Amino acid sequence: MTDSGVTRAESCVVACAEAWRGAGEIMASPFGTIPSLGARLARLTFAPDLVLTDGEAALMVGAPPIATLPSDLMREAIMTYRNVFDVVWSGRRHIMMMASQIDRFGNQNISAIGPHAKPKVQLVGVRGAPGNSVNHPTSYWVPDHSTRTFVEQVDVVSGVGYARAFAAGTGATRFHDIRRVVSNLGVFDFETPDHRMRLRSYHPGVTVDDIVAATGFELTVPDDVDETRLPTPEELDAIRVVLDPGSLRDREVRT
Amino acid sequence: MADKRTTVDEIVGELRSGMTIGIGGWGSRRKPMAVVRSICRSDLTDLTVVAYGGPDVGLLCATGKVRKVVCGFVTLDSIALDPHWRAARQRGQVEVMEVDEGMFFLGLQAAAWRVPFLPTRAGLGSDVLTINPDLRLVRSPYDADSPFLADAADAGVELVAMPALHLDAAIVHTNRADATGNGQVLSPDPFFDHLFLGAADRRFLTTERIVDEGALVTEAHPVFTVPIHRMLTDGVAEVRGGAHFTANPPDYGRDEAFQKEYAAAAGDPAEWDAFVARYVLVPEDEYRARIGERAAT
Repeated sequence: MTDSGVTRAESCVVACAEAWRGAGEIMASPFGTIPSLGARLARLTFAPDLVLTDGEAALMVGAPPIATLPSDLMREAIMTYRNVFDVVWSGRRHIMMMASQIDRFGNQNISAIGPHAKPKVQLVGVRGAPGNSVNHPTSYWVPDHSTRTFVEQVDVVSGVGYARAFAAGTGATRFHDIRRVVSNLGVFDFETPDHRMRLRSYHPGVTVDDIVAATGFELTVPDDVDETRLPTPEELDAIRVVLDPGSLRDREVRT
Repeated sequence: MADKRTTVDEIVGELRSGMTIGIGGWGSRRKPMAVVRSICRSDLTDLTVVAYGGPDVGLLCATGKVRKVVCGFVTLDSIALDPHWRAARQRGQVEVMEVDEGMFFLGLQAAAWRVPFLPTRAGLGSDVLTINPDLRLVRSPYDADSPFLADAADAGVELVAMPALHLDAAIVHTNRADATGNGQVLSPDPFFDHLFLGAADRRFLTTERIVDEGALVTEAHPVFTVPIHRMLTDGVAEVRGGAHFTANPPDYGRDEAFQKEYAAAAGDPAEWDAFVARYVLVPEDEYRARIGERAAT
């Protein structure tokens, strides 16, 4: 917790929300509690045109509290899985997926740890990650930043990173855009000449050394890197009172 | 008109070992579990299962019915990973053709449209192309001089050619149906069930209730609640609770307690044997009775 009483989870919510700043009228697809709070916070404040789903088969009205029962949600339009592919392939979406592994070029793995033919650990599967990452802006959320999650090379490239996209040609690069990685320690982007991961900001209470030590590859660290911005009083109120009065955020990231 | 009413066991009787079988639904939602349980009780083996994977995949793997799975994921939704699937994969027991879930949709669509492939960006640059070395790319025939090129960046672009996922048989479960094989879905998402049927040689529907011809569409249930028409079905079996323990609203939600028991049983061979003896190797009516008893305690 900072001197001003902001928790790490709250810093992470604001960092996730920032990924959707300026996004306009597109579908935000957050995975995990903190990205979900971030998308709703953005929708409530600086990104009012964002489109959010109810997690089932519809777009929902407004940005209701995270624990709202499905029966209490208001919906504005249908969004079946079939409709989702129309949105994905049209590019009108910015997803924030989770990553069991991520590497310096933004390759993400949610398929398997170890050899794919006989995995050491079977994960959920590539899901929509290959298609998402070459069709619309994609960011990642990693709630447990360590040398096990930020790795030299991912075992199975599910979401496509920069070097792989370039190697695959214009079909892959045309709409490829890995925007941000938000972890429990900091915020990262790929705004370097060769699109290697760069530290964008460190969360309050975290040092650059902490982040470098928890990262399994050589991270680009600019000389003038800043602290992740604190929530405004209005944002803090929106998180604590409106969106997440039950503090579900603290179950995903402890202070 | 043809009366296509049949039974779960007759449906499974039409399947053969080695077949490629599509199973409708998505994750742990609206899966034709009565048919899955019946397959588990049969002597079928070496199946290739094509599915948006849920406990159908886990259960069939854990009972030794599966040689290969074609999927983009396997999940129980409220439990992120199916431990039976995880165990089968980590033992190297089943082969997998793992593709992006949008590629999967296009594979079914291609089969249903009788074209050999459909092009997509999905898969480019990812290990989907390295773990499936038989997948091919296709170069767009529309070059820079083509009058049809809308976007200069797409001149001669290389895309993934997602092959048609042809199925020997497909099984889906709906809330209601009629005896001629029209199928009604009363929850908002019909998933890709009509494409599973469209991609298959033999097409089967199980349903909570078979209603009279013309009775599916009412004021409360407009015509768009019937995404499956009778040209897509060869047989329809009424089986109450036929999707249990997966979610099948509005008839019933997911039986979370039972799903937990299913998942937990993966941890111990003796426990799993007991689970299979109690809930899988029994006829459907006995299964229903045991689920009822279980819920009452």
